[in-house]
Amino acid sequence: MRVALLIARREASSYFRSPIGAVVLSGALLVIGILFYWKGLTEKLLSSEVLSEFFYSSSGVVMVASLFLSMRLVAEERQTGTLTLLNTAPVTDAQIVAGKFLAAFGMVATLTALTVYMPLLIFVNGKVSLGHIAVGYGGLLLIGAACVAIGLFASALTESQVVAVVVSGGIIAALILQWILAKAVDPPFDSFLVNLAFHHTNFRPFQQGILELQGVAYYLAVAFLFLLGATKVLEARRWK
Amino acid sequence: MIEISELYKYYGQRRAVGPISLAIADGEVIGLLGRNGAGKTTTLRILACDLLASSGTVKVAGYDAVESADSVRANIGYLPDTPPLYGEMRVREYLGYAARLRGVSGKDLELRLNDVLAQTGLVAVAGDPIASLSHGFKQRVGIAQAIVHRPKLVILDEPISGLDPAQIKEMRGLIRGLAGQHTVIVSSHILSEISETCDRIFIIRDGEIIASGSEQELTAEADTGDRLQLTIRPDGDLSDLAALRSLLEATDGVSDVVIEESTSGEWQVKLKTATDRRALICQRVVEAGGGLLAIVRIARELESVFLELTDARVGVLSEPGDSGEEASA
Repeated sequence: MRVALLIARREASSYFRSPIGAVVLSGALLVIGILFYWKGLTEKLLSSEVLSEFFYSSSGVVMVASLFLSMRLVAEERQTGTLTLLNTAPVTDAQIVAGKFLAAFGMVATLTALTVYMPLLIFVNGKVSLGHIAVGYGGLLLIGAACVAIGLFASALTESQVVAVVVSGGIIAALILQWILAKAVDPPFDSFLVNLAFHHTNFRPFQQGILELQGVAYYLAVAFLFLLGATKVLEARRWK
Repeated sequence: MIEISELYKYYGQRRAVGPISLAIADGEVIGLLGRNGAGKTTTLRILACDLLASSGTVKVAGYDAVESADSVRANIGYLPDTPPLYGEMRVREYLGYAARLRGVSGKDLELRLNDVLAQTGLVAVAGDPIASLSHGFKQRVGIAQAIVHRPKLVILDEPISGLDPAQIKEMRGLIRGLAGQHTVIVSSHILSEISETCDRIFIIRDGEIIASGSEQELTAEADTGDRLQLTIRPDGDLSDLAALRSLLEATDGVSDVVIEESTSGEWQVKLKTATDRRALICQRVVEAGGGLLAIVRIARELESVFLELTDARVGVLSEPGDSGEEASA
């Protein structure tokens, strides 16, 4: 854990020494703010609906931001040759993956934390449940963690950050579209595919302030699966 | 310190390295010499646990590189051909990171950082961002990260590549300074770098070690036959170059004839003979009416041994000044 935190600290500091951290954070906050104003403050909605719309739009922005924050994690190190430093130190591949995941997830958590003022603004002219806010943010963090894991996996596959972001975007798009695919298949496969849907099925309860174990387990499972995949890709690269 | 047995590495169907079997003792400075693509980097990457071998065993400090890879990694410092540097970090900060990755911490960390900065001549730039350093300083930082945790084995892949002559001199001193404290392996295709810094040299070709020993041992081992240099003044039947060449090449046991015309109108001839043919050559040149001004034996240099062993240029004995170019061609 000590080594993973060491790698995470270096990785996190590099976000702020290059434009990527500031650009992604400021860009994401700007888009979330505009969407919040547009959906929440210009339409006549109940306070809980405003909050629900906020989490809906924020989840999309968090997904995209996660991909841009994670695309460089391994690809850049491989491209510049610095991965050799980690590969030849007494550090396991799992520690490398854990450190990099923690750094990118820390950035996603920072992004979501910086949006807190928006739900709080609802209290000026309305009233929402704090539980709804907490569950919604829990959902944002979970979907962010899953996206970072997918991005990290894609980054481990290639030297190109562009390829990494395209691959991870493709994986997420495929997972999102499972609910459409479900309409084209017969039972019981349709319900199986619906339950795999990345956003439609599994994020909607969080968005509405409902904490469902299925959604928590789903995002944790996706994150674990892709982090394991990233570890295996790093291990396999030692043969090449 | 290092035991390698029947090491092979394949990329698909292509054999990149193997078979390699060798042993290196504690404290030795070893040179791995070979042309580009000979298998030097692949061998070193396997030693550094950056790459897995297809077959064979590698033991470093008694630990198997596959079964106890982390123990091996804790005992090595590795500088790849491209130094693994984070440009945005400052020198001291980066070295601290590299040391902590290898388990150095607390007061020991500060001591080692101060030591390594002084040892590699980086004190003046310790607070500078790595991206702002010259190529020479970046190489030094690369070496510093490889030794900051005081490993038993230091592996340097082409450490002098791209340096200017002054930096090369400094780097040689730095590498020599590691001897005694560490076992050092230096790879290069630059002969002078290897011969001046290493106790023992392994010459690698097509992934195999084809010769090993000190510079003197390698030279003696490969020194079959004579290399002669003749100075001849055109005269008699030898008034043109073609006549001289055909006369020499027709002489039994003579090969690799190279003739250059000097500014004074004399010919400088270099050739190789299987056995001592000096008397015969003198007799034939004089009988043909040529003016034989001098005939001397050329002492073998490591470079010519290297070029012959690696199937380099045939028939040309190298000049001292063009060794680097020849080797890197």
